[in-house]
Amino acid sequence: MTERKEAAGVTSETVAVRFQRVARHFGEVRAVDAVDLDIRAGEFFAMLGPSGSGKTTCLRLIAGFEQPDAGHIEIFGETVEGVPAYRRNVNTVFQDYALFPHMTVLDNVAYALRIRGLGKAARHDRARQALALVRLEGYDDRRPVQLSGGQRQRVALARALVGEPKVLLLDEPLGALDLKLREQMQVELKELQQRLGITFVFVTHDQSEALSMSDRLAVFNEGRIMQIGTPEEIYEAPRNRFVAGFVGSSNVLEPAVAETLCGTRGLVSLRPERIALLAPGAAVPDDCIVAEGRVASLQFHGATRRLAVAAAGTTLLVMLSSAQATPPRAGEAVRLAWPRAAMHAMDPS
Amino acid sequence: MRSRTQRAPLGLKLAAAAGLAFLHLPLLLIFLYAFTTEEKSYQFPPPGLTAKWFAVAWGRDDIWQALSLSVQVAAISTLIAMLLGTLAAGAVARSRFFGRETVSLLIILPIALPGIITGIALRSAFSLAEIPFSFWTIVLGHATFCVVVVYNNAVARLRRASGSLIEASMDLGADGFQTFRLVILPNMATALLAGGMLAFALSFDEVIVTTFTAGQQSTLPIWMLTELVRPRQRPVTNVVAVFVIAVTFIPILAAYYLTREGQHSGGEGK
Amino acid sequence: MADAALTAQAVEGGAVERGGGPLRRLSDVLVTRPRLLLVILLAPPLLWLGVVYLGSLFALLLQSFFSIDEFSGLIQYEFTLKTYGELLQPANLDIIIRTVTMAAAVTLASAAIAFPIAYYAARYARGRWKALFYLAVMLPLWSSYLVRVYSWKLILAKEGILNWLFAELHLTWLLDAVLAVPVIGGPSLSISYIGTFLVFLYIWLPFMILPIQASLERVPSSLIEASGDLGATPRQAFTTVILPLALPGIVAGSIFTFSLTLGDYIIPQIVGSSRLFIGQAVYTHQGTAGNIPLAAAFTVVPIVIMAFYLWGARKLGAFNAL
Repeated sequence: MTERKEAAGVTSETVAVRFQRVARHFGEVRAVDAVDLDIRAGEFFAMLGPSGSGKTTCLRLIAGFEQPDAGHIEIFGETVEGVPAYRRNVNTVFQDYALFPHMTVLDNVAYALRIRGLGKAARHDRARQALALVRLEGYDDRRPVQLSGGQRQRVALARALVGEPKVLLLDEPLGALDLKLREQMQVELKELQQRLGITFVFVTHDQSEALSMSDRLAVFNEGRIMQIGTPEEIYEAPRNRFVAGFVGSSNVLEPAVAETLCGTRGLVSLRPERIALLAPGAAVPDDCIVAEGRVASLQFHGATRRLAVAAAGTTLLVMLSSAQATPPRAGEAVRLAWPRAAMHAMDPS
Repeated sequence: MRSRTQRAPLGLKLAAAAGLAFLHLPLLLIFLYAFTTEEKSYQFPPPGLTAKWFAVAWGRDDIWQALSLSVQVAAISTLIAMLLGTLAAGAVARSRFFGRETVSLLIILPIALPGIITGIALRSAFSLAEIPFSFWTIVLGHATFCVVVVYNNAVARLRRASGSLIEASMDLGADGFQTFRLVILPNMATALLAGGMLAFALSFDEVIVTTFTAGQQSTLPIWMLTELVRPRQRPVTNVVAVFVIAVTFIPILAAYYLTREGQHSGGEGK
Repeated sequence: MADAALTAQAVEGGAVERGGGPLRRLSDVLVTRPRLLLVILLAPPLLWLGVVYLGSLFALLLQSFFSIDEFSGLIQYEFTLKTYGELLQPANLDIIIRTVTMAAAVTLASAAIAFPIAYYAARYARGRWKALFYLAVMLPLWSSYLVRVYSWKLILAKEGILNWLFAELHLTWLLDAVLAVPVIGGPSLSISYIGTFLVFLYIWLPFMILPIQASLERVPSSLIEASGDLGATPRQAFTTVILPLALPGIVAGSIFTFSLTLGDYIIPQIVGSSRLFIGQAVYTHQGTAGNIPLAAAFTVVPIVIMAFYLWGARKLGAFNAL
């Protein structure tokens, strides 16, 4: 069993956004409660959590739409408490896109440059380049109301990028898109970020989105960060019960059960796909834990099969590839085995 | 509550049609009476038809003066009402603050209370403060109850508009004033225009409060009131009536088309 | 050129903009202090309304607690309830009762006439017809009050269209019979309560139609279909489902008709007998008589009545229909 340390936030890279004990209250509600965070320059950083967990509020604190009640925020080393949004070189892609309905697509995209005082020819030129970047050339004279959801999203993206912000914030931008379009945009956004090298901060409640797109992510719950790390770290070694349950599904072994099974102390997480079914009579591989149980239920999920197995005084979730021959049936006795290294200690809840 | 399949029962249709006719026939009658040759009474059917009263009305100085005063009062009252109404709408539409409902109530009050109360209140206040009745006392009264019309339109539009537009504008570098000029105002323009037109129509037509706050001046409605009580040339009054209908017709239609996007036929009352 | 221009590397040029012109810096203050902005926005309208309107209302109310000296005709600035006592004199009480009764009658009648129109518009009118209905109701509402009152003077005149119509239909005897009814009748239509009633009804009708239509439109048609599905006849569906849901709209409309009738002084003056309504009483008392305290006391009556009415209407949910 391994224990993972938090990936050290300090490297030789520059810190794009730093939160130090930042708090934001709305009356009684602590939307953000003593959050510490370092986002590195050039990374694709995701903020993941259920609604009301504080991730959007943190985003708004970076953008400047909210001011912290306590703590300290820096963007590329500069203090930003008290600095209004329009003075920050940080741009946002809004959840509802917030395109200006009374302007054409080109004028929408060129807006930031117009505010800066760029001449019409120059700013239209750069706006067209931004539109080309999001693959929306030729849409200059359309109005937002004439565009589809996906197109509006690209315009919002181009508009936010044209001013060359130091940090780009994305507030659940893919939420309104249908599945296929969403998957396509996920790939495009990732490619864009890698090409441009701008720091992206991406808020989402969809954990598969966060895992697939981000370089590092933070899991939020009730105004606090539960864990920060790379997607692999978060998935493989969830630090507490919440992360284990929110990111993917996991078996959470209570201390008593863990003690019985493998003599470890404390709460343990074990991912369902790490558990294998031992054929009757097969030898136990090295360094594995074995448990005997009975299949309580079996569900077919296309690529995988999910079993609930009553074993070791608890119910274990097992995920098998459907390619495996002869799946067991409900009520059958089975033998489960998993590597000791697949179990991770979690903080006591 | 749309009925998807049924057709309306005949009785209902007749009743509705009769009701609408009841609303509009009197106006049509006035139109007819503007052409009658009979000068001394309201005889029906009219003995003859002529268009000469239009020329007569054109020549009457007192009508022109009253008209000119009405237009000036309406114009200035509308401007003041637009300014105050927009400011109030900006405050109320987007923020929650203590006393918000009281502010709304206060703005509605001048038009909610019967005109005679507003009129007499203003009149006694003016005489107490020893302000002579003049053009400006009329404007003071009119602007006060016109504010609510602009306010309602502005608030309705602001509520419908996405709040994130303002944030988006600021996010992209525009400060408060730039955001107001480039984003807020263009989105509100048609609502403000509609409110202004309704305010103009309201002020142009107002008679109750005006009789209390005017000195010797006559706005067009006051002129009409005097004619009603002591008629000089009845058909001329009818001509003016026709003119007034036409003049208030246009702003109402325009205001309707301006605010039509997203409006349900529940509509806004006076 | 695209990528290179859009790539932001390390910190060249700050993340935070400093300086800027005076407007920008003023905006800093207003944006970071939303309360200050609120105060600046609210101050002009509140000052205007507070001083001009509330101030004069208060002054009026104050006056109702003064009294007028009968002999000198001058106002005595001493607190007294004598003026309110005068309201209880039979003549004045008559005025109040007359006005309230008229207001009630007008309200009931306009509800009855407005309902079919509103019902049709809400339930059966579609698309273009709906817009037409809306305009057909709005236009009289917004067009000149005085002109519309005037039109009824034409209609009700002895030589006017209504009498002519009755004559043509040989129903003049009917008209005379109606006019002979005590109290509400009179020498002619334009000098009788019936005439006044008709004009009030006509003028305030749009105020009743619109709220009823609004609340009817909020009734989902699935409710009506559900009641039919559960066995209700159309009439039962009407009385048990539609009418109760339309009630807030009716009450909302009645607020307008009732309050407007209470305060009106022009209509009774143009079409009606010489017996006074509250509005006219206020007008005459503050006029040449200079009896402002009594006029003020009279104005308090509709305010108090409407306060009770509004309180009751709120309980019935009328404010949601406005």
